[in-house]
Amino acid sequence: MAKSQISMTVNGKKVEELVEPRTLLVHFLREQLHLTGPHIGCETSHCGACTVDLDGKSVKSCTMFAVQANGTDIRTIEGMAAADGTLHALQDAFREMHGLQCGFCTPGMIVRAYRLLQENKNPTEEEIRFGISGNLCRCTGYQNIVKAIQYAAAKLSGAPFQEAAE
Amino acid sequence: MIPASFAYHRPSSIKEAVTLLGSLGDDVRTIAGGHSLIPMMKLRLASPAHLIDLAGIADLKGIREDGEDVIIGAMTTQHEVIASDFLAKKIPILSETSIVIADPQVRYVGTIGGNVANGDPGNDMPAVMMCLNATYHAVGESGERRISAREFYQGAYVTALKPGEIVTAIRVPVPAAGHGHAYEKLKRKVGDYATAAAAVVLTASGGKVASCSIGLTNVAETPLWAEEASKIVIGSALDAATVKKAITAAEAITSPASDGRGPAAYRTKMAGVMLTRALGRAKARAGF
Amino acid sequence: MNDMTPTSAERAEKLQGMGCKRKRVEDIRFVQGKGNYVDDIKLPGMLYGDFTRSPHAHARVKKIDTTKAAAVPGVVAVLTAETLKTVNLDWMPTLAGDVQMVLADGKVLFQNQEVAFVIAEDRYIAADAAELVEVEYEALPCNVDPLKAMAATAPVIREDIKDKKEGAHGPRKHYNHVFNWQAGDKAKADAAFAKADVTIKEMIVYPRVHPCPLETCQCVASFDKIKSELTLWGTFQAPHVIRTVGSLISKIPENKIHVIAPDIGGGFGNKVGAYPGYICAIVASIATGRPVKWVEDRIENLSTTAFARDFYMETEIAATKDGKVTGLRCYTVADHGAFDACANATKWPAGLFSIISGSYDFPAAHVSVDGVYTNKAPGGVAYRCSFRVTEAAYAIERGMDIMAQKLKMDPAEFRMKNLIRREQFPYTSAFGWVYDSGDYQTALQKAMETVGYKKLREEQKKRQEAFKRGETRELMGIGVAFFTEIVGAGPSRNCDILGIAMFDSAEIRIHPTGTGICRLGTKSQGQGHETTYAQIIATELGLPADNITVEEGNTDTAPYGLGTYGSRSTPVSGAATAMACRKIKAKAQMIAAYMLEVHDDDLEWDVDRFRVKGNPERFKTMTELAWAAYQEVPPGMEPGLEAINYYDPPNFTYPFGAYICVLDVDVDTGSSKVRRFYALDDCGTRINPMIIEGQVHGGLTEAFGIAMGQEIHYDDEGNVTTASLMDYFLPTAVETPKWETDWTTTPSPHHPIGAKGVGESPNVGGVPCFSNAVNDAFAFLGSTNIPMPHDNWRTWTAADKLGLHR
Repeated sequence: MAKSQISMTVNGKKVEELVEPRTLLVHFLREQLHLTGPHIGCETSHCGACTVDLDGKSVKSCTMFAVQANGTDIRTIEGMAAADGTLHALQDAFREMHGLQCGFCTPGMIVRAYRLLQENKNPTEEEIRFGISGNLCRCTGYQNIVKAIQYAAAKLSGAPFQEAAE
Repeated sequence: MIPASFAYHRPSSIKEAVTLLGSLGDDVRTIAGGHSLIPMMKLRLASPAHLIDLAGIADLKGIREDGEDVIIGAMTTQHEVIASDFLAKKIPILSETSIVIADPQVRYVGTIGGNVANGDPGNDMPAVMMCLNATYHAVGESGERRISAREFYQGAYVTALKPGEIVTAIRVPVPAAGHGHAYEKLKRKVGDYATAAAAVVLTASGGKVASCSIGLTNVAETPLWAEEASKIVIGSALDAATVKKAITAAEAITSPASDGRGPAAYRTKMAGVMLTRALGRAKARAGF
Repeated sequence: MNDMTPTSAERAEKLQGMGCKRKRVEDIRFVQGKGNYVDDIKLPGMLYGDFTRSPHAHARVKKIDTTKAAAVPGVVAVLTAETLKTVNLDWMPTLAGDVQMVLADGKVLFQNQEVAFVIAEDRYIAADAAELVEVEYEALPCNVDPLKAMAATAPVIREDIKDKKEGAHGPRKHYNHVFNWQAGDKAKADAAFAKADVTIKEMIVYPRVHPCPLETCQCVASFDKIKSELTLWGTFQAPHVIRTVGSLISKIPENKIHVIAPDIGGGFGNKVGAYPGYICAIVASIATGRPVKWVEDRIENLSTTAFARDFYMETEIAATKDGKVTGLRCYTVADHGAFDACANATKWPAGLFSIISGSYDFPAAHVSVDGVYTNKAPGGVAYRCSFRVTEAAYAIERGMDIMAQKLKMDPAEFRMKNLIRREQFPYTSAFGWVYDSGDYQTALQKAMETVGYKKLREEQKKRQEAFKRGETRELMGIGVAFFTEIVGAGPSRNCDILGIAMFDSAEIRIHPTGTGICRLGTKSQGQGHETTYAQIIATELGLPADNITVEEGNTDTAPYGLGTYGSRSTPVSGAATAMACRKIKAKAQMIAAYMLEVHDDDLEWDVDRFRVKGNPERFKTMTELAWAAYQEVPPGMEPGLEAINYYDPPNFTYPFGAYICVLDVDVDTGSSKVRRFYALDDCGTRINPMIIEGQVHGGLTEAFGIAMGQEIHYDDEGNVTTASLMDYFLPTAVETPKWETDWTTTPSPHHPIGAKGVGESPNVGGVPCFSNAVNDAFAFLGSTNIPMPHDNWRTWTAADKLGLHR
């Protein structure tokens, strides 16, 4: 199938590329833009490892064609840190709270957590668990991921972080 | 994991979309949020030669009032349904349903139009729309027609939509103020289709059910409007004996598939249990 | 020394050594999306491979026509069994002494079996072409029921060995029989049962499940035609084994094979063995002279790579009427699918299943396991448990509950009465295993007290009465499990993989500036080895953990090891690390003595330095000694400061734990909600409590998935009905309970740092704990055994059978 030209902003940079219509956004990001942060863990849109932030929405990049993302503004895990390399509060928090082990779900999880905290600055534990229910993890059992998100939420809103009694 | 090739089209108006649909032959699909279609394409269960993306059509978005109805643009996402204070006030069963569809990412992209139009018996909105007596606006080359949700579903992935038509909006009559509602969905985990689900909208008068409408999800090849069960509870205070009779009537119209969610007999029983719980919650909300 | 000199404690804290919650080194790249996983690898000229797979569970392959596929623009080659025959790779040996088809050779034996391998310029073209390979099948009757595999009229699965009366593990009694393996003393056990007051017998089934790591199996094979050398990147939990096996089967000399396991997105046992995808990618690279990448998708992963469990265990316990166990018997049928590709140590076709006597003092016991072939995917592996240990733990823990029920004893009290006592350690079980250490009673006591066990049972009684009165439709279940694991494979006298002893290794080199590098034969897939091994070194050598780089996975530079699975890293390579450190420390001591002009024996170690006994102002830090090792060593001594240790463990290690689960079952839907889960683990010395906690959380979550919904299910025609994440139950953050973790510490006396390993304990103990809880909810109504998984419909069906829906 003939390729078409698409352009979009990815992690703050304008990109212009040729893609087949059937090229999945996740493959476009990983193979053409060399952003290997978003990962592929399934082909049935369940695992969320491919999650990116697109026009202010958490989107599974495996369930969208790159052509559909023409003209959009996308942020991947590679765009979470500041320009000077300072890690985003969530990236720090995941490390601080041991919210990752193999790291495979982590990019999607952090990018989703970012949007979750934009939707809700101070989510309860239940809201966090529901908010990340589109992201599967096999290593951590989610508990420390929840803690990491709570920690980041506190940091971002300047509130003190209270670690729940063990 | 990899879909077959297709040609991609992105019309900017309903007219353009309909013209394309009529001119590209038989092997063409429209794509709304794509979260039903793209997974199927990736498994090569669907391989259309042409894809018409509806995302560029502004007229397919928006939520507005029209007399006693609410009109929801087909491309309204589940996320937008949940975020709409207007819908939360007027037709609260809609957001209650949206929130149990799939997961946050899917809800950001998946549309209410896609959910009602593709005929997947697992989708949640169809039974709710039947319950609400909604009407779908369908536009084809010969213009617009309106199809009652209760007459829309003919079989698994088979609907009353003719080739060349697209659903552009959903028209929902606003339930009476003070109505009771509930969408009760049993599922194996977040993101799963219903093992069985029941939608109830009812009104009460003098401590008794004045009107009632019941929809059932994923317990047949189509969503079900449980008309008989609804009739049984009218005039009652939803006492245990009446509810039992309504459950029996509801179970009688089910013919679920046996799958990982359970054998057919179990799923029929679950339709009954979900309906019992939905009636209970609707009753409490209606305040009697 | 003055007030400004840091104290020993302060210096120790700075080192971030053993016992502290050191933040993970690997996180820095992972949280930035800069991990280096196999599918991130891009090489110039790289091709992509994809499989055409069989829709049939059992069929003759009459014809394969690759013409259309090969004609697709961008397709470079299509491999079939015929192609592989020319290089003798149409079949490959398995780790269990069997052979396995790489590509279908005249027959297919399980649904989705590999039939052809298409190689193309990009993965999209490969996918298109894989659909165009035309295969003519003649369907054959299939069997997916292991209990029917040895029937006289069962379909012949393995025509290649049909008439072979001897298998890799002894005589075969049927054409679908793989092996019979026994352990214990049959006569003694039979005698105990003959005179027992009370016996129970129950078929305990552990269904087929799959480790399902988030990253699927994949590799990149790159054969350099000029140098005749193969570089193979892959998801390998045991990279050295892959290299050796790869050399033996491909005939490429081992020194010309470079196997590299980069970052791996979870393993859980799935990534131990070799798969057709690896072989085909290697052959394709050799044939085309270009790198070839193979990445399987999730359905391929779940339906064709190594499954776990599928054990049918007829379990019997004998006891006195006052509740002392006297005998244990278990007859098991093990479903190995179409090929026995079980990743066990060679002498153990049923792994370490004889840990089945568990934490209890059984004077007499006997097990017998028959492996059989069926039309299912080959395997199995240890899915986050040591070899067959979770199967054994499940059988004994369910068995103990069933016996407690028969004796009308509380399950926790019954266990307490039969736990091996601390005075009995080291304890030799009825199967000959020497358990290294344990204080079981203290652990169970602590667990029961912490959860308020007595109060929970009182509450349960009240709720049961309320249920009977019709006041509630929920049933409360309390599950208890006390498991003992056998991990750290293993002593060379017991354990080898294809003949290679299961030692492991650590090579440590300290640089002149006092930093260093440690390379090991294990391979992390998320366990945090870059962080934890450095902590061992920090404590042993007094160098800050941050100064130690830890590397695994590159077979050219890492010393030989058997990889990471079965919780063996800490017991074996952790020991090797300590031993290598001690060699370095001994050399450093001699250098210090030389520099301080004292005798070696006049020095004592203090956190990060050697100091003169009685004269502590005279000391040399390890950092100073590192510099000295390259500058001026005592006459006759080699310069440098490094050591390597290959550790052959004298024994396995035996972590244990006490788990208690409280859940409530909604009788009308069959759904269970976990109210509380308390897990007390004893893994001996605790290297990094934060990482231990994370491992326990993760293992419990996998246990939860297994107990409450996972199964790889086949219908009667051999179709896999649970091959995608739509149906294979991976819990989200919503379903996953909150975990409470706790611990006791009984170090392993034979391990250099007393550590036992912990990664898999929670899966071993968790599964029976959940299952016991669900069973316990219904026990008061006379229910004896409800099999796993405890998903909604099965639990509802059990309730229905008990008449609870009338």
